[in-house]
Amino acid sequence: MSSGLNRLTDLEKPATEDARLKRIQTALKRYDARPDALIEILHIVEESYGYVPLWMMALLAKEMKVPPSRIYGVVTFYHFFSLKPKGEHTCVVCTGTACHVRGSQRVLNDIEDEFSVRAGETTPDGKLGLQTARCLGCCSLGPVTVIDNEIIPKSEPEKIVALIHEKAGI
Amino acid sequence: MNASFTITIDNQSVEATPGESLLEVCRKANIPLPVMCDFKGLSPVGACRLCLVEIEGVPKLLPACTTLVAPNQAVHTQSDKLRKYRRMIIELIFSERNHICAICVANNNCELQKMAYELGMDHVRFPYLTPVCEVDASHEKYVMDHNRCILCTRCVRVCSEIEGAMTRDVMGRGFDARIITEFKQPWGDSTGCTSCGKCVQVCPTGALTPNDAAQGRLKKNPELVALLIEKREAKP
Repeated sequence: MSSGLNRLTDLEKPATEDARLKRIQTALKRYDARPDALIEILHIVEESYGYVPLWMMALLAKEMKVPPSRIYGVVTFYHFFSLKPKGEHTCVVCTGTACHVRGSQRVLNDIEDEFSVRAGETTPDGKLGLQTARCLGCCSLGPVTVIDNEIIPKSEPEKIVALIHEKAGI
Repeated sequence: MNASFTITIDNQSVEATPGESLLEVCRKANIPLPVMCDFKGLSPVGACRLCLVEIEGVPKLLPACTTLVAPNQAVHTQSDKLRKYRRMIIELIFSERNHICAICVANNNCELQKMAYELGMDHVRFPYLTPVCEVDASHEKYVMDHNRCILCTRCVRVCSEIEGAMTRDVMGRGFDARIITEFKQPWGDSTGCTSCGKCVQVCPTGALTPNDAAQGRLKKNPELVALLIEKREAKP
């Protein structure tokens, strides 16, 4: 996480304008580009793009008059925001205590092996992003897996792997 | 409204005004407290935890810099318990990054080193984390060595509160937390940095240094920044 500094060229806005950018601009207008609406706007960015691109941070810094370092600090502080594209489909495996005791590590290991992806990363083809969470608050359903925002209770490794194959088409 | 009251610090009566922090009161009364992250004139953050004090009736230790005075407070700044905790805290600070005095530019001119001597640290009981840290030497005058950073955030605060450039902040959490310039860019690429060097002067360790400093030859002048803060506060 700490290695690798960003270059000035990473901050340039891509030439293409699309509906996602419109959505951000509308949000900026709605919040009057107030600096205290930074987190709300970052939420919309994360939802629209699946991550927070550097050029978007540069744009927000300029529009909202928030120091660049502050925006970068906020984005890296909260696990909700990511700096890299997340993948078309997401799979979150709960590794909280209750799920761990019920065998979530085996679920996670099987997914990692099957799709050659490590937790916190995305497959090279961008189809599947694998993440872990510490307790989703429904321990009685453990081990819990979330595939594309759908909670799968009492996950079994084989079934989860099959389900990902089916949903992500890989 | 601002009627002053009396509090007890180490069994002596000290005058305090509402809104003051315990550290400010201790300073006025010449009661020494170890501090690392605090810098007079910058907002307190309570990052280093070295100024922990005991307050009668409060079950936990509280940092003097972010604890406000209250009437009838009875505070203790020296006790075996506090000495034990302060020793532990300074050892934890040392174990977090790669602090090797013998090869450091700030050797013998380092607030962290001085503090460790003062608190009687003779060894570190915790395993060193030895994180892989970068050295950013891209600036034309200064170097940032994250190996020697203790995340006191003095540089962050002096940049935003005194210089007003706001080029610095902290990214990430815990083990991954780092001081960054702009969008985690090389310092030399920063368009907002005014190269004023206040961050270098207030840095308590060898993390921020002029790039022409030889090993053990560093001279810092935090008093200059302290004076500057005073002047700006007293501005007619």
